Amino acid sequence: MSKGVLYDANKCIGCRACQVACKQWNEMPAETTTNTGSCENPPKVSAYTLTKIRFNELEHDGKFHWVFTKIQCMHCEHPACAEACLVGAFQKTPEGAVVYDDNKCIGCRYCMVACPFGIPCYQWDDPMPWVRKCSFCADRQSAGLKPACVTTCPTGALKYGERDDLIDEAHQRIAANRDKYVDHVYGEHEVGGTSWLYLSPVPFEKLGMPVVGQEAVTVNVERAMGAVPPVLVGVAAIMSGVYWLVKRRQQPGGEGAPNDKEQVEVPK
Amino acid sequence: MIINKRSIPVGTIILTVVVLLGLVAMILRYVYGLGATTNMSDGRAWGLWISFDLYCGVALAAGGFTLAGIVYIFGREKYHAVARPAILTAFLGYTLVILALLVDLGQPWYIWRFLFNWNIHSPLFEVSLCVMLYTIVLALEFSPAVFERLSSLDYPLIRRFNWRIPLRVIRSIQIPLVIAGIVLSTLHQSSLGSMLLMMPETLHPLWYTPILPILFLFSAIAVGPAMVMFESALSSRVFGHKLSIDVMSGLGKATAYVLGLYLLLKIVDLLARGDLALVATAYPHNLLWWGEIIIGVILPIIFFSMSSIRRNRTMLFWSAVLVVLGLVFNRFNVSMLALEIRPGFTYVPHWMEFAISAALVADAMLVIFLAHRLLPMHEEEAAVESG
Repeated sequence: MSKGVLYDANKCIGCRACQVACKQWNEMPAETTTNTGSCENPPKVSAYTLTKIRFNELEHDGKFHWVFTKIQCMHCEHPACAEACLVGAFQKTPEGAVVYDDNKCIGCRYCMVACPFGIPCYQWDDPMPWVRKCSFCADRQSAGLKPACVTTCPTGALKYGERDDLIDEAHQRIAANRDKYVDHVYGEHEVGGTSWLYLSPVPFEKLGMPVVGQEAVTVNVERAMGAVPPVLVGVAAIMSGVYWLVKRRQQPGGEGAPNDKEQVEVPK
Repeated sequence: MIINKRSIPVGTIILTVVVLLGLVAMILRYVYGLGATTNMSDGRAWGLWISFDLYCGVALAAGGFTLAGIVYIFGREKYHAVARPAILTAFLGYTLVILALLVDLGQPWYIWRFLFNWNIHSPLFEVSLCVMLYTIVLALEFSPAVFERLSSLDYPLIRRFNWRIPLRVIRSIQIPLVIAGIVLSTLHQSSLGSMLLMMPETLHPLWYTPILPILFLFSAIAVGPAMVMFESALSSRVFGHKLSIDVMSGLGKATAYVLGLYLLLKIVDLLARGDLALVATAYPHNLLWWGEIIIGVILPIIFFSMSSIRRNRTMLFWSAVLVVLGLVFNRFNVSMLALEIRPGFTYVPHWMEFAISAALVADAMLVIFLAHRLLPMHEEEAAVESG
């Protein structure tokens, strides 16, 4: 069964312990940033910051809200990065994590362009760069541990479990507290479903979460790639047929086999 | 050094300087990495090199398979004179694409990995495999020119080998080679469009459509002959070999037909998706859309269908230039301008990105100059020389 994490923005206090735990577990360096007048820092996820808390101060239903959003890889059910990667460096594991393998990557960065959530990041400052993104702590999970961010979260805003159970629980929380949640579990259907699920007191587009369709982004690519074998055979057959017909018409006397050498050396 | 005003090859000197400047930028890129030498970022992971060198480069090199198909498969001997230059330009175009990728890839020394780790679901994998195979096909298609030249040289070492043997081998497989070239081109020209199908959320709906691969193929087929007209007009200025007006106007007519079909597909597709209103409402993106359609499709169709223009060498040349510009505009739109950047990022190419792209083009032009000087670029000539 596939694992997931439920993030409840109503329970998050923006302490960013998850950010620190993530850096510690993945041995990521700190980043030098400039003061932007907010406690939110660093400003964006990067190859050295795989998760971060975004601070949102906004108005909804005539009320002021201070809402936090945890940003990291959503671990899609149909990941664009895995479909895009020409060497198969990205894999969706049966446990739910989308993992990346340095030993296959050639650095084309198609994954970064393809991701509908804008998550994979590159080590731009390194002459020998790799892609970096949240791995859902696949290493910890394989040892029976929870992801580092979930383990460290002091308020229970992050809950780790079976994805299906978490979806049920999310809907129960909404049903029990209709005035505290919008009736939408982000990630249940987005781009065909994601392992990470979100609950929020305000509509998700106000949190800066991408507004995406329910269809997996890989659908049209799969269709197009499915047409490759018939196109290959079809074009080869049509071209051979045209060549044969043209050849026959040009030599009404009709020598049976077309003579290539003669054909190319005939001056126009 | 004797300075003779008439024989200073100004063009060659300028091109050489551009190549050298690009070489310096390339060295800096390998030493300091992509971050220091480009303005690409997590928000814009594909920059000028992918839009120009890959997306435009591959499409503009489509003259190779369209002309080879017209001459060798459809038997239009009239166009024989442009087939060989078209194949050479295509070969150089693809070499340029591969060189650009060796600069753009984060780990170019691992480019061979794609041969051992196949993800057959990835359109980029298909593009890579096709580009590799097609570059080999183009090299073989062009190789008779080299063998013809070698067999006519009278140097002791070169004379010892009978260059007629490889020439005969290549000629005996010429038709299968041309067919393979057409198949490979059809596949990867369209798959460059399939690559963008992965971005339904970020590519603007004026361009995002499930038939993007078909649109890519048609625009490539249309720009092939236009690019051949453009190049042969340029090279006729430098090297003589004037193309007959009959050939030029024939190519123009063919381009107009394909462009017409392409325009029809684009409009019907927008209608079918119910997004036709976007061409009026989706400001500012609709300006980009109208730009590429007017410059690269509508104006050339009008010009190429006027018989007075089809008899005028200069006007034919400029109409072909419009088609080429329109295609470049289109490829930049789909791979950069209409593709949403991650929030909080901006992208304007670094001067080194421009320098390397310019150097690759200049490099290809130098090789074309050399080829025109050293190799039999027209098969009729070859027959006279070696026959």
